[in-house]
Amino acid sequence: MSDLNATFSALADPTRRAILARLATGEATVNELAEPFEMTQPAISQHLKVLEEAGLIVRRIEGTRRPRRLAGAGIEAMDQWLAMLRKGLEKSYDRLDGVLAGMEKHTKGKKK
Amino acid sequence: MTKTTTNTMSKLTLKTEGDTHIIVTRRFAASPEAVYRAHTDPKLIQKWLLGPEGWTMPVCINDARPGGKFRYEWTNGKGHGFHVTGEFLELEPYKRLVHVERMYLPDPTPDNHVETRFDADGTGTLMTMRMTLPDTHTRATMLATGMEHGMEASYVRLEGMI
Repeated sequence: MSDLNATFSALADPTRRAILARLATGEATVNELAEPFEMTQPAISQHLKVLEEAGLIVRRIEGTRRPRRLAGAGIEAMDQWLAMLRKGLEKSYDRLDGVLAGMEKHTKGKKK
Repeated sequence: MTKTTTNTMSKLTLKTEGDTHIIVTRRFAASPEAVYRAHTDPKLIQKWLLGPEGWTMPVCINDARPGGKFRYEWTNGKGHGFHVTGEFLELEPYKRLVHVERMYLPDPTPDNHVETRFDADGTGTLMTMRMTLPDTHTRATMLATGMEHGMEASYVRLEGMI
């Protein structure tokens, strides 16, 4: 349960979600992550720490570089996001089915 | 990497293509004309383009002609909301729509270029929406922010469960 809480609070921040989204396209160093987000390195590092502690990302050591990538849990979180985006779209289109059914009836009514 | 689906289910497909595209398809049991109108008439759009339960679109301005602008505002009635603005580039009645849009969160996201096709499919319509983002990073961010909606809904559900 504490793990779930850590995951949820890690995901509650839009910058951290954007970092995960960026890492979904491949591993990146703190510098590479800081650039598109227009944030300072320490600010990014703080976010990375939270994500790491939540088990969403892992770091690799490569000389002086410490590239981060998504951990299994991070990949799962991305999948969940995609599933939720789908759900939002599905809900909209299910409503559209209803609107279209209503339009059809309306047209038929007019024709008489 | 085009994939054709042969089933007649109304199921939604959502996939990424290449570095910058997102493709959404959905079948509808109505004519292309009806589906096209439901995508261009603000009175109709307001009824369905709402995402998860609990969200409404109090503002829906839509000037569906080349160069015409649109503005959609959503709210969940609990202080959360966002809006989208865009312009129509091309309109081929009942067949195809091309527009650009951006989301304000509150800063505008990079332009999302969207082509929506309405193809007759038996007695219904196959809708294909092809979004093109400026780059991979933007696409990833958009997928993430587009999910905020869903996150919100699932948080509410989670709160109910605890």
